[in-house]
Amino acid sequence: MAERERRLTPPRGGVFVPRVQVLSPEDVVRALTRIAHEIAERNRGLEDIVLVGLQTGGVPLAFRIGQILEEMSGGAAVPVGMLDVAFYRDDIGIRPVLPEAVTDIPRDLAGMIVVLVDDVLFTGRTIRAALNALADYGRCQAVQLAVMVDRGHRELPIRPDFVGKNLPTRFDEQVDVSLDGVVLGDVVPR
Amino acid sequence: MSASLLSIADLGAEGIEQILRVSDSFAEVGRRSIPKVPALRGRTVVSLFAEESTRTRLSFETAAKRLSADVLTFSAGSSSVKKGESLRDTVETIAAMGVDAFVVRHPSAGAPAQLAGWVDASVVNAGDGWHEHPTQALLDCYTIRQVLAERDGLAVEDTGVGCFAGLRVAVVGDVAHSRVARSGVLALAALGARVTLVAPGSLLPPSLEGWPIAGVSHDLDAVLPDLDVCYLLRIQTERGAGSHLPSLREYTAAYGLTARRAARLPGHALVMHPGPINRGVEIAAEVADLPRSLVLRQVANGVAVRMAVLYLLLAGDSQGDMLKETVSG
Repeated sequence: MAERERRLTPPRGGVFVPRVQVLSPEDVVRALTRIAHEIAERNRGLEDIVLVGLQTGGVPLAFRIGQILEEMSGGAAVPVGMLDVAFYRDDIGIRPVLPEAVTDIPRDLAGMIVVLVDDVLFTGRTIRAALNALADYGRCQAVQLAVMVDRGHRELPIRPDFVGKNLPTRFDEQVDVSLDGVVLGDVVPR
Repeated sequence: MSASLLSIADLGAEGIEQILRVSDSFAEVGRRSIPKVPALRGRTVVSLFAEESTRTRLSFETAAKRLSADVLTFSAGSSSVKKGESLRDTVETIAAMGVDAFVVRHPSAGAPAQLAGWVDASVVNAGDGWHEHPTQALLDCYTIRQVLAERDGLAVEDTGVGCFAGLRVAVVGDVAHSRVARSGVLALAALGARVTLVAPGSLLPPSLEGWPIAGVSHDLDAVLPDLDVCYLLRIQTERGAGSHLPSLREYTAAYGLTARRAARLPGHALVMHPGPINRGVEIAAEVADLPRSLVLRQVANGVAVRMAVLYLLLAGDSQGDMLKETVSG
């Protein structure tokens, strides 16, 4: 779940005001295709791979990567799950944290290579929460991280394995990622 | 004073829907091999039961533990209450140890509300006298929604509370002494269900003013064929229900859900009971064990729903709890 969504989600969310388009819809698909190939290359195939999209921004990206991998491999389906990390966040009690959607992990993750997929990598706190959540589903062989945008400003020692676009940003900017493109903008209070 | 859940009336349809939605996420937690999340680490929940209970107490304590909260268990029978300590002194003593929530059951209506005025902690009403039992109503609504979703081949999280609109529910039995009935009727009516009370006159409250019901009937046999949900209440002999009846056998003859009566229900109709069951009184043993009887599923869902309530009350920030924010909009 990206920072953007939490800031835009009621209660007390703001409104996203777009400023500049960074990636077009075609650029996003190209980046996802490249990430899919990198996943296959790094892991020497698709055996034991499970894609897990973070609710909600990472989910459509994870499904799209899954689709591309399936086409690449000639129809062998790669399992795709959805993870909501709300109950593992470190800002519970500091701001309202509500689950965005129900987690759906399609299989036991013990022994699997999990590729976490999110839209934006920012402070790294969502990924920290996701790693703790994953541990409750079994001991993975490895966890890798794919993000569409790495915007910097890490607050934890976390780095991505697969990146669509490195995008230097100001701390108070927002990045909006969807299959319709990547847009840089600001959030103004309602 | 922190946010509390004292009555279904405080929630409204929006608040109920919010709790059901968050319950979906906690139901998923319950299905995992490690059914526990760190969400309420460092918070302390006291279960203060001044009246006996099996499922509610264990359900709340399980819920709090699955949220990683610390749980203190207080039972009046083995405490200084025996030495004459008042409820207020008892509660203030516990609160002084640093407690975030009291889960309270008490034989007197209004005790949880009074307690909420004494302490800074959140208070959850786990049943107060004849008044209310809000989490029971919430888990009953969750269970109904879950079964209706399954019937439509949908995931429960994809089913809104619209499924309650026009749902025909009969609440049968000891309405007068039942906090379950009061909370249940308020919740079901808020979500759009049409609730009929079915009971002998002696087991209805003296006034039904303010009850959002579609009607009252004294003839269960006539009501059964038109029901979607038949909700049976326990005859509360400990609250004197027995003295309002000629005999329990006579009650069963007119209002018990016997196998013969259950056959009059439409095929899709659900049978619910908050427990504990008096087998052979309000429900026949063989009916309680039918697949359409949801008694054990109600209990199973109770943990997820109570996790949602505790989470929404305790995980808010300094500006307030998340339950209130939903209610206010």
